[in-house]
Amino acid sequence: MNKIVPTHNIGGYVPMIDGPEKVSGRAKYTADILGAGQLAGHIYRSPYSHGEIVEVDVSEARKLPGVRAIVTGADCDKAFGVLPIARTEYPLARDKVRYRGEPVAAVAADNDSIAREAIRRIKFKVRELPAYYTAKDALTPSAVPLHDKKPGNLERDVLFELGVIAQGFDDADLVREGIYNCAEVCQNQMEMHAAVAEYDAVRDRMTVHASTQVPYYVHLMLSQILGMEMSRIRVIKPHVGGGFGCRTETLAIELIAALLARQANATVRLVTTREETFITHRGRPETDIKLKIGMTKDGRITAVECDCDQRGGAHSGYGVVTILYAGSMLYAIYDLHNVKYTGRRVLTNTPPCGAFRGHGTVDIRFAFESLVDEMATALGLDPFAVRRANLLTAPTFTDNDLMVNSYGLPECMDWVEKQSGWAKRKGKLAKGKRNLSKGNLSKGLGMACSHYISGASKPVNWTGEPHATVKIKLDFDGSIVVLSGAADIGQGSTTILAQTVAEVLGLDLSRVRVVTGDSEVVPKDNGSYSSRVTFMVGNAALDAARNLKSVLVNAAARKLEARPEDIECLGELYRAGVQDKGTTFDEVVTEALKDSGTITVTGNYSTIPESHGGKKYRGSAIGGTMGYSYSAQVVEVSVDEETGVVTVDKVWVAHDCGKALNRLTVEGQVQGSVWMGMGQAMSEEAAYHEGLMVTANMLDYRVPTIQDSPPIEVGIIESNDPHGPFGAKEAGEGSLAAFLPALTNAIADAIGIRFNDLPVTPDRVFEAIEKRKRVAEKKNGSG
Amino acid sequence: MARLLEFTLNGRDRADAVADNILLLDYLREKAGLTGTKTGCDGGECGACTVLIDDQPTLSCLTLAATVQGRRVDTIESLGTDGQLSAVQRGFHEKLGSQCGYCTPGFIMASAGLLRKNPNPSEAEILEALGSNICRCTGYVKIIEAVKYAAALNAQGVAP
Repeated sequence: MNKIVPTHNIGGYVPMIDGPEKVSGRAKYTADILGAGQLAGHIYRSPYSHGEIVEVDVSEARKLPGVRAIVTGADCDKAFGVLPIARTEYPLARDKVRYRGEPVAAVAADNDSIAREAIRRIKFKVRELPAYYTAKDALTPSAVPLHDKKPGNLERDVLFELGVIAQGFDDADLVREGIYNCAEVCQNQMEMHAAVAEYDAVRDRMTVHASTQVPYYVHLMLSQILGMEMSRIRVIKPHVGGGFGCRTETLAIELIAALLARQANATVRLVTTREETFITHRGRPETDIKLKIGMTKDGRITAVECDCDQRGGAHSGYGVVTILYAGSMLYAIYDLHNVKYTGRRVLTNTPPCGAFRGHGTVDIRFAFESLVDEMATALGLDPFAVRRANLLTAPTFTDNDLMVNSYGLPECMDWVEKQSGWAKRKGKLAKGKRNLSKGNLSKGLGMACSHYISGASKPVNWTGEPHATVKIKLDFDGSIVVLSGAADIGQGSTTILAQTVAEVLGLDLSRVRVVTGDSEVVPKDNGSYSSRVTFMVGNAALDAARNLKSVLVNAAARKLEARPEDIECLGELYRAGVQDKGTTFDEVVTEALKDSGTITVTGNYSTIPESHGGKKYRGSAIGGTMGYSYSAQVVEVSVDEETGVVTVDKVWVAHDCGKALNRLTVEGQVQGSVWMGMGQAMSEEAAYHEGLMVTANMLDYRVPTIQDSPPIEVGIIESNDPHGPFGAKEAGEGSLAAFLPALTNAIADAIGIRFNDLPVTPDRVFEAIEKRKRVAEKKNGSG
Repeated sequence: MARLLEFTLNGRDRADAVADNILLLDYLREKAGLTGTKTGCDGGECGACTVLIDDQPTLSCLTLAATVQGRRVDTIESLGTDGQLSAVQRGFHEKLGSQCGYCTPGFIMASAGLLRKNPNPSEAEILEALGSNICRCTGYVKIIEAVKYAAALNAQGVAP
């Protein structure tokens, strides 16, 4: 086999291959699938937070002309859920409702206005139960359990102690404790949830178009909910307008659309409102953290004790995994020993949380990097120096058996330190400078680090299959068609697959087409979650392309009457040595097809057992991956001490993605992550009034606008992971978490006040500044 | 009530019977079949449905179709119809101003409206023109680059 040398496809700035569709309005998203005869679907949602269902009366709705189907909990007694151990959710509530907005009934009608009118006619009676909107309330001993099988409303508790923390704290020169609260946040991706379900009654087949990150999970859950064989179901994923984790689970929406379509023997288009999209939720839970760290006077961390409570919402969803990630991912960034973690995932009468970008790691990282910064200040150490005192040496295994092979964190720190002018500027920026247009500005710099996995090493549904499979078809026309189930949700996975295949075959990108997103055509894929696609599907594409190249080299050898090992592949030309004028790619294809007709090759990828995490505590596989990405950030802020408004002036971020297969999309992913972290840190919060989400629109849920958003300068660090495709690791999540503490560290540098509760909104900053003034005045007055 | 709506849509004259209460957004998507214009919120919050009415960026979700009588409406589908992507389309494609693509038509139309009026905008003018469009993928950095690049292409004669 010829050696693969990255040439023109890998490592450049390559615009996305599906970009022309997106900039011309031709890209079709689920809600764009409009057709004559479609029925309009609508959902009736519970106005109660917690109650036993007495009656769902749809008789008046059914009488309305134009209503073609009505489904309630009585129509489906099968539960769904992403984790096989925690399937507790029904497409439409049965027996109980557990949060305001939970689907109770659904209607399909000839048009939208009839469907809405039918919804208005539904009568819903419950026997109300006490509702719990905070983790603390839900955990009170007298609380009524949301789920019978979960007494005390504890979805999952996690406890591990690795090493001896008592000894670790004894060895410390400084021990500090911090208490942190991170508000619940939502993905709020631009495309609202939608599904189009088409039931073919003659053949008993179901086709569902769904805006999902994991078509395979939708396929599994449709089969379970409908009681249909999987072979009768087809799932199509059109373009998807962002996911950020909320679409890694099957949502009730696609299941309800299918139930309606089957009852109506028709096609049902169910497009939710923005408010419903918010309430469907699966965002990051509100998290309370108590963290204690021991440190020597030269900055070495000697012990860590961390308590973490997550308000999970009314159903498990990914919850068990989230609370496990929060503990396991304390590791694999610094060299830690003597760590104790206590995690509690709590069931509450709020919409279910899920896997949000940086799944489980973000709020913990905020607390950790905040406390480390605070301790550095107390010890008179530079924040970079403290982190450098705790670096890992790769390759290594952590105390919780996570495998770290490549580790670009030191280089990430070097880059942001240099680019930001840290050494010269930290602590020396203007304080309280009068600015005519902006008031009294104090400037500050803060830094922090974060990391993330490149795909969970053990899939949720363990079937024994390879982790990823890619097929390539080559036919008489010489076009290379890559078939993959990987869901491009805007992150650019389709482009990465095309680049990978073009690279191996030495061909121009324009020769390669990628077909994804139709279960009838493409191989199954485990989906776009946990940043697995570049690593796992990329490796499978690499394997498939090598297999195709082998077929082509053998064909060229026959045609040139040479030995395969003497064939040189130059993409459009194959030759036997430099003297040979060779044969063209098209001629090689013709030769190759003589054997077998249309060629299809398969490529597979599986993670290695060493990456699967250990067995030191229950759930310790969570956190295991083939490669961790690393990120370091410096954030520069201006704080207006008169108004409490914080402006982020600039962000420098360095991300170790192993190898940037596409520098343009790596930069875009890193900038997007940093910015999403900024939203969580500064303005975003899902707020409730008696269980009703009162921020379920894009004005009250405050996403930063272009005018609020800083320049973000990206440094790409390439640690060349030994297992990654061309050395690549993930780029889409790892840089989110570091922004949060880098911001609050910068604010602390600017005004000397540390914020442990997120988001850091102007009113909180203003209040803290006023409180400090009051304390100072009182002190002066009494002294 | 329905009425006869006559106007120019993407350079072509159209006449349609439309209900008084139909939004321009729904008319475009469901009657005219132009699904490039997106619905991103429950009304006036996100900018995904931005179209040009007589070159002025306008939220089609807050506009009754009946009010465009006699006017000129341009949607994302009107751009790049000469076999080339327009300057703004090229900017968003080549500079990665578009990731998932859902907000993209709205951003592109708001940017095209800006460049038609002001071919050489300052960064502050770009931020102002795009201040009511939400993107959840890019962090806006590459959107700003895309619009600057589009202005440069426009200066070389590529239509915005």
